[in-house]
Amino acid sequence: MRFLVSILLVALFSFIAGLFLPWWSLAIVAFLVGLLVPQSLGRSFLAGFLGIFLLWGFLAAWIDLANNHVLSGKIAQLFKLGAASVLLILITALIGALVGGFAALSGASLRPARRLRTYA
Amino acid sequence: MRIVPFLLATVLTLALIFGLDRKWGSIPPLGRFLSPQQGFWQNAEPAGETYSETLHFPQLKGKATVYLDDRLVPHVFAENEADVYFIQGYLHAKFRLWQMEFQTFAGAGRLSEKLGNDPRILRYDREQRRLGMVYAAENTARVMESDTASRPYFDAYTAGVNAYIHSLTKSSLPVEYKLLDYQPEDWSNFKIALFLKVMSKDLAGYERDLEFTNAKSVFSLADLKDLYPEIADSTVPIVPAGTPFDAPGIVPVKPASADSLYFGNDTTLQVREINKPERTNGSNNWAVSGSRTASGAPILCNDPHLTLSLPSIWFEMQLTTPTMNAYGATFPGSPSVIIGFNDQVAFGFTNAMRDVKDYYAIRFRDASKREYWYNGAWQPTTIKIEEIKINGAPTLHDTVAYTAFGPVMYDESFTNDVTGTKAIAVRWVAHDPSNEGAMWFRLNRAKDYNDCREAIRGFVCPGQNMLFASKSGDIAIWQQGRFPARWDGQGLFVMPGEDSSYAWQGFIPEDENPHVVNPAQGFIQSANQRPVDASYPYFIPGNYIVPRGITIQSRLSGLQAVTPQQMMGLQNSYDNSLAADAVPLLLRTIDRAELDAKAKGFLRELETWNFHADPDSRAMTIYQAWLDSLERSVWDDEFARIREPQVRPDEQTLVELLLRDSASRFIDNINTPAVETLRGIITSAFTNAARGLAVEEGTNGLSWWKHKQATIMHLLRNSLMPFAREGIRAGGAGATPNAITKTHGPSWRMVVQLTSTTEAYGIYPGGQSGNPGSRFYDNFIDDWAAGKYYRLWVMKASESNDQRVLGTIHFSNN
Repeated sequence: MRFLVSILLVALFSFIAGLFLPWWSLAIVAFLVGLLVPQSLGRSFLAGFLGIFLLWGFLAAWIDLANNHVLSGKIAQLFKLGAASVLLILITALIGALVGGFAALSGASLRPARRLRTYA
Repeated sequence: MRIVPFLLATVLTLALIFGLDRKWGSIPPLGRFLSPQQGFWQNAEPAGETYSETLHFPQLKGKATVYLDDRLVPHVFAENEADVYFIQGYLHAKFRLWQMEFQTFAGAGRLSEKLGNDPRILRYDREQRRLGMVYAAENTARVMESDTASRPYFDAYTAGVNAYIHSLTKSSLPVEYKLLDYQPEDWSNFKIALFLKVMSKDLAGYERDLEFTNAKSVFSLADLKDLYPEIADSTVPIVPAGTPFDAPGIVPVKPASADSLYFGNDTTLQVREINKPERTNGSNNWAVSGSRTASGAPILCNDPHLTLSLPSIWFEMQLTTPTMNAYGATFPGSPSVIIGFNDQVAFGFTNAMRDVKDYYAIRFRDASKREYWYNGAWQPTTIKIEEIKINGAPTLHDTVAYTAFGPVMYDESFTNDVTGTKAIAVRWVAHDPSNEGAMWFRLNRAKDYNDCREAIRGFVCPGQNMLFASKSGDIAIWQQGRFPARWDGQGLFVMPGEDSSYAWQGFIPEDENPHVVNPAQGFIQSANQRPVDASYPYFIPGNYIVPRGITIQSRLSGLQAVTPQQMMGLQNSYDNSLAADAVPLLLRTIDRAELDAKAKGFLRELETWNFHADPDSRAMTIYQAWLDSLERSVWDDEFARIREPQVRPDEQTLVELLLRDSASRFIDNINTPAVETLRGIITSAFTNAARGLAVEEGTNGLSWWKHKQATIMHLLRNSLMPFAREGIRAGGAGATPNAITKTHGPSWRMVVQLTSTTEAYGIYPGGQSGNPGSRFYDNFIDDWAAGKYYRLWVMKASESNDQRVLGTIHFSNN
């Protein structure tokens, strides 16, 4: 549950921040979500990663669809990715996701390490 | 807190942000560029975009409404005269900002500042500075700003461009800025002047003085007359032959020393020109009087030929105010409708091709360039230090000395083949103070021929064949510009610059410029040919082009009851008059016994050819391959003796030379003991061509359009090929009225019939939006290549509910 909430928080607040702030504001959002939502380091990273991956991937795909792939086809050719835009959308999502993931990891590592739960 | 993971993750995050927020070589800042909220995705326009909005600018004096039609042509209705230019500037910037700015950076020699450290770009920048492009634009901007009539309009245009620039956000920047990673700077009237100088260089910057000077060291003056004739045998002038001219108002005097110091001086030059304008920059325009049209109303046609680019140099608009209703092609970067019409008149332009740029040999006192020898004394130069910023490298300071003639373009620091204290200064009409832009404010409001005539007075450079037709029934053309009055031979070669005796002695009085008003033949045509026959009382060297004028003249003379559709046919004509002269010579001279079966097959195709350079024509490919091969065998031997820069005679000249004299001295290969014959070289040229053609046939079937490979490049050329359009299926060649070459062609085609309701057609090879992410980026190109036209909609304000209206922008001042 926390994991899903983190993903949603990262995506939602990154979107809002992106309307007003530079692209790297997503790192601040992911960092804060990592810091404030207690999870294991691995899950925090993945939440930051997926939150941005989904946000950027969805936005890019949405824009691309409305644009009939006019621009993505040209940019994909420019980056030698062939003429299809799918790869460009995935790369877009991946680049953002990496920043989001590591920023969330950074935030999460600031939290005190939880003691290992002991089982009676 | 887990210190190791924290440090690792934080460092990685910051490194990623840092690395993805900066440019690496030609790779844009990837984080910023790929961000769907800021990067290039934001330039991917929704296919249903209507561009409708409501905008408020305190700079406006009243209200205005812009209707964008289904081809994205803005129809601007403004209550106030100056407001229409504010809105034109705003819309130019909205759809074409990157291009507008890039063109002026190129004009000012500032490309290194934006594109980075590349020796070729730096040489280009230096050449622009040393030619005095900035100096010329400053001179023009001063006149623009001191002219109380036109300044408010220029100011309004500039304010409109800046209003758009200031509304930009990181995400709404045009995609080229994001790719190259820089920001637009403020627009200014000076930048309008710079744009006009870019056009001047393109259209009045081609001369062959340096090449001719080198040729003179090998060829005799008589040879030069044959190789670069002033008047081609078959030329059809603009002013009908036999028209009498007034006695000249100024008679320039040849200096006494000309024979020894000028014509007889065989010093070769060793300069390198970096970026010569296109040789074939030209155009067609013609007007047919009502006496020869089906409707009884005059028809005006114009297709200016330029290097084709995306975004296109043109942007279609309608500008309406209480005193004006102008429609046509506009220049993003400059106010007004440039080629178009209003409710009373139509106007079009072709290039005059006159030589208005001369060179003078300068002798500096020493390497400091602070003094030069002039009129018997050491005179001070004016030193201008050009500061050339280079992205990613230290600023370069280039010292340019200005003399009585103009800037010293070539010296030991630029193109290092000129050595010591020798240097070459350039005298160019485009340097002279003038206000060309103001002409269009008056032309757009002209009501009859007299208004047009008054509007063009004072237009200096680039010299143009300005064609007019009016609803009152007049047709007229003026070759307008400031042209030096030269003594015979003046300015063909680099001139001695050690005193004022070789300077221009004056200019041809404007009223003596070649002109035609309502001629008896019932039509006027111009196609970059020499404007007048030999009886014109001035020496007017130029870069004239012959064949298109012949085709147009002969077609128009044969037509009665002309319709706009026939005129479209003529603009799209692939008739090659040069081939019609050359191929019969080939066929009657060639030695068929020397040809193999393959070559004979090619020759048979020429025998049945109609001389049309159609897209699929194989004969055109065969003809061109033979002519290219013939040119090599005639000229290679002589020109191997001449230093660069050199220029070979035109195709037209070669064909006329061989037609005139089948034993011309140039036929012989000077490197062989044998004396070659015309029959021999025509046959061997064909045999050689046939060998190449046999190979090429396997790849493209020899169809002309595949051979030619017409391409419309993006302004950033090879570095942005996905933004270009390659493989355009178009026929034509430089010699055909529809002069589409590999990189070049009709940049706007317009046919206007001045019936009481104007009937106008037009098209250009591009699209209204400069955004490669828009459906309007290149949507006209296929129709253009196919020779189609759009009916131009002169919208009335009452038609706001018309189906063609795609979107509406409301402008107001509150």
